[in-house]
Amino acid sequence: MSKLLDLLAPFALIALLLAGWEIACRVTGVPAYFLPAPSDVAVALATDTASLMQAAWNTLSVALIALVIASVAAQAIALLVGLSPLADRAVRPLASVLQVTPVVAIAPLVLIWAGIDHPERAIVALAVLVAFFPIFSGAVTGLKAADPDLERLFDLYGASRLQRVLRLRLPSAVPFLLEGHKVAAGLAVIGAVVAEFGAGSGGVRGLAWRILDAGNKLQTARMIAALVVLGLMGVVLHALLERAERAGLAWWRGR
Amino acid sequence: MPPVVALEAVEVDYPKRGRALGPFTLSVAPGEIVALVGPSGCGKSTALRLLAGLEQPTRGTVTRTAGRGETSVVFQAPTLAPWMSAQANVALPLELAGASRRGARDLAAAALARVGLAGAEQARPAQLSGGMAMRASLARALVTEPRLLLLDEPFAALDEITRRSLADDVLKLWRETKPAIVFVTHNVEEAAYMASRVAVMTRGPGRIAGEIEVAGHLPRLIGFRTTPEFRHAAEAVSDLLVKGSEAAA
Repeated sequence: MSKLLDLLAPFALIALLLAGWEIACRVTGVPAYFLPAPSDVAVALATDTASLMQAAWNTLSVALIALVIASVAAQAIALLVGLSPLADRAVRPLASVLQVTPVVAIAPLVLIWAGIDHPERAIVALAVLVAFFPIFSGAVTGLKAADPDLERLFDLYGASRLQRVLRLRLPSAVPFLLEGHKVAAGLAVIGAVVAEFGAGSGGVRGLAWRILDAGNKLQTARMIAALVVLGLMGVVLHALLERAERAGLAWWRGR
Repeated sequence: MPPVVALEAVEVDYPKRGRALGPFTLSVAPGEIVALVGPSGCGKSTALRLLAGLEQPTRGTVTRTAGRGETSVVFQAPTLAPWMSAQANVALPLELAGASRRGARDLAAAALARVGLAGAEQARPAQLSGGMAMRASLARALVTEPRLLLLDEPFAALDEITRRSLADDVLKLWRETKPAIVFVTHNVEEAAYMASRVAVMTRGPGRIAGEIEVAGHLPRLIGFRTTPEFRHAAEAVSDLLVKGSEAAA
């Protein structure tokens, strides 16, 4: 019974808030362009379902492509850094500078470089930049996190540098990589959305573009409908990644 | 016969902590079992790393006839890679030395059987009990048929019954290939039971306070713990430990 209550509690709160919002809109007669009632948003969601799903897929696919590119690049560079202390010293400051620079600030520059005809490339590149660091720093930390006694055994067995990386350090880094990818996937979606805003109407017709487009036309209900889809996408993605991380860790630990 | 490994007046200094060990002298003959006993922080593990060749002394000389690949170490924790099966963990030293995967896995299965883990080949370390994991670690150390086997407080984290049964198993396994064994412990009874010679260390930086020969058949016969030889050795080790601590203080 208490489990059912736990499950229902968030939905009950949302229903309560929506009801309050609906009543407030009807009682005060606030104009729909300023604050549409939840029922207006529901109508917008229902009529635009197909195009909203298409927009969501456009944003998600950009984020996923960015995640794959970021994953390959971050792990390759982390491996290089892990193998060579000199590369580590060379890469770290640059990595830190890129990490603390907001993606919104780099967006106009990347849009110019990608070319006016290819804003989608710029959006992918910006999402890659955001998704890169969690994976990179996870990999760098993980490559150094091997059990010191196992490292000593590898010394004793006369393991080569390559054997040490492939058979000890990379497998030891797996939990850190799983965590890094989970964080990076969420950030890739945020990066894609922010980059879509930067690219404006010429870019990928994703959820951010939908929000901008509806905003320009003062179709506030459609704006909120796109936001709802974005929120739902985030929740589902996060749940999936949590599950994937847990499954990955269970496989790594053997239980 | 020349010793498997000998440390001659070695000293180890660490940059911040200062002297950690020495001057320390210990020679290990082929096939003998030496227990290294001493108070916490006296440098037992440092001495063991010197014997393994995992660390170099600041001063003094190390002479070694056991070559690379002929020395094995078992640490206090089982130190198994969690992502590998027990068999893959045991096969690891052979595979790193260039053995074929198939051959290494076969030898690993045989080594697991020798330590009583037949049937647990595919189990992951997390699925093994503490004692079983320690046995797998022992199998990994034995799979290369070392001439020198170093054990760093290998039973410290186990319960008394598991400790005793593992001690007997180590002695039984020793009889098969007769490697020289050096094991670190701070359990006086364990030292007197397992070793043919007990080297007692002073408080850190540790020196050898004295050595006690333990009479009696190896592996131990049933009831050895009740014999005068055992009691005499255990008392002598205890006395030396106390004297070593007082002398250093």
